[in-house]
Amino acid sequence: MVAPTVAQASSDFFRDRSDSNCIQDNGAFCVGWVLDNFDRYVDPLREHVVLVVVSVGLGFLIAFAMALASHRRRWLVPPFIGATGVLYTIPSLAFFFLLLPITGRGSDTAIIALTAFNLQIIYRNIVAGLAGVPGEAKDAGRGMGMSDQQLLWRVELPLAVPEIIAGVRIATVSTVAIATLAVFAGGGGLGSELVAGSNITFHTGVVTTSVLLIGMAIAFDVLLLLVQRRLTRWRSAGEVRKSRRPDLLRAPRPAGPEDGGA
Amino acid sequence: MIVPLAFLDSFSGAFDFIFSQQESLGGGTQVGGLGQVGDLMLEHVKVSGFALAVSLALALPLGVLLGHRGTGELFAIAAGNAGRAIPELALIALLVAFVGTGTLNVVLALAVLGIPPILTNTFVGVHQVDPQAVEAARGMGMSERQIAVRVELPLAVPTIMTGVRTAAINVIATATIAPLAGVLTLGDFILSRNVYGDEGVLAGAILVAVLALTVELTLAAVQWALTPRGVRLQRTGISV
Repeated sequence: MVAPTVAQASSDFFRDRSDSNCIQDNGAFCVGWVLDNFDRYVDPLREHVVLVVVSVGLGFLIAFAMALASHRRRWLVPPFIGATGVLYTIPSLAFFFLLLPITGRGSDTAIIALTAFNLQIIYRNIVAGLAGVPGEAKDAGRGMGMSDQQLLWRVELPLAVPEIIAGVRIATVSTVAIATLAVFAGGGGLGSELVAGSNITFHTGVVTTSVLLIGMAIAFDVLLLLVQRRLTRWRSAGEVRKSRRPDLLRAPRPAGPEDGGA
Repeated sequence: MIVPLAFLDSFSGAFDFIFSQQESLGGGTQVGGLGQVGDLMLEHVKVSGFALAVSLALALPLGVLLGHRGTGELFAIAAGNAGRAIPELALIALLVAFVGTGTLNVVLALAVLGIPPILTNTFVGVHQVDPQAVEAARGMGMSERQIAVRVELPLAVPTIMTGVRTAAINVIATATIAPLAGVLTLGDFILSRNVYGDEGVLAGAILVAVLALTVELTLAAVQWALTPRGVRLQRTGISV
C-alpha cells in the first residue's frame, strides 16, 4: 500500500497532465497546465527580453559616453555620480508614473525608467575600471609614442573590460528583476503574468513566471560572462589564476551608489 | 508647447491631491490630503524600517564573522549576486500565493531583499581591511572579537553602509507594491487608480520618490558620521 500514498503525495504538489482542474484546485504546481499553456508565456517572455536588452544597451551607451567625457575631465565625475545616483535611487515603479504624464503608457516609458536606473551601475564600473589600470601599463603605452586617444582605446579600455562587463552583468541581472514592474506602466513583460486579472492568486502561474525570471537572469549572466572571456583573451592563464580572487571581490562592490570606486 | 503645459497640469493636480482631501473617483469617500498621505507614509516607513532592521540583525553579524575568518567567501558573494536576481513582484506574488498577506509576512519578505547586499558588502568590507592593521591590533593584545568589532568593523563602514543603502532602496522600492499583499503603503495611491484617480497615482509616485531620496540622503549622512575620521580623510584624498 506504499505506492498509492507516494502517488497521492506527489500528485498533490505536481499535478499530472490528465488533471484539467488545475485552475479550480489551485495546487502548488501543475506540470500539465504549464505544458499545455506554455505558449501564453512566449509573448511576455519576448517583451521582457526586449525591455532588458534595450534598456541595458541604451544605459551602456550613455554611461560609456559619460565615462569618456569625464575621463580627462575629472571634475565631471562627482556631478555624474550624483545625477545618476538620484536616478538609481528613485524606485522604478514611482519613476514609471512620474514619466507617465510626459511620455504616456507603454514600453517607451518603461525603457526610459529602466535605462535611468542602469546608468549609475554601469558608469561607476567603467570609471572604476579605468581608474584601476596600472600606471606601468599607461607609461609603457606613452613610451611607445601613443597619443591620449590611442592610450585610451588600446590600453586603458581593454584593461578595464573585466570591470566594465562586471557592471553590465549587475545591471542586466537587476533589470531582469525590475522589468517585472514594467507591466504597471503598460510596458508588458513577464510582470503581466503576475498581476493582470487574478493571475496573482494562481499558484502554478506565479511559480512558472518566477522560474522563467530567475532562469532569464542566469542565462543573461552566463552569456555576458562568455562575452567577457572572449574580450579578454589577452589574459594569460597565469594571470587569470592570479586575478581570480580580486575579481570575485570586485564584482559586488559597485552594487551600491556610494562606494568610492577608485 | 502644449505637451509641457499638460504635464505641468498633472503635477499641480498631484500636489493638490497631497495637500487637500478630495472625493474618491467612485465617489462617496474622501481621499488624499495630508492625513491619508501621513498614514500611508508612516506605514511605508514602518514596514521598510522593520524589514531593514531584520536584515541588519541577521546579515551584519554573519558578514562580520565570515569576513573576519575569511571563510564562506563563495557563499557571501553568491548571496549578493542571487539577491539581485530576485524579482520583487514575483517575491510578493509568491508570498501572497504560498505564505499569506499581512504586515509580518511582508516585513519578512522585504527583509529577504535586504539581506544579500548587507551580507556581501559587510563580508567584503571586513575581509578587505589591511592585514597590517589587524596584525597591529593583535600585537596590542586585542582578542579576536575586539579586533572584529573595534578595528575591522569601523574600517569597513564605508563598504558596509553602501550595502545598507542598497538594501534600504530595494526595501523601500518593494514596499511600494506591498498593497498587493494587503499592507497599505504609499504604493496604494499608485496601484489603486480606480480609487485615487490619475492625480492620486502621480502623487503616490512623487511621494515614493521623495521618500527614497530622503532616506538615501539620511543614510549618506549616517555613513559620514560613522566613518572613522582617518578613513574619511584617506577616502576624500582618493575619491573619484
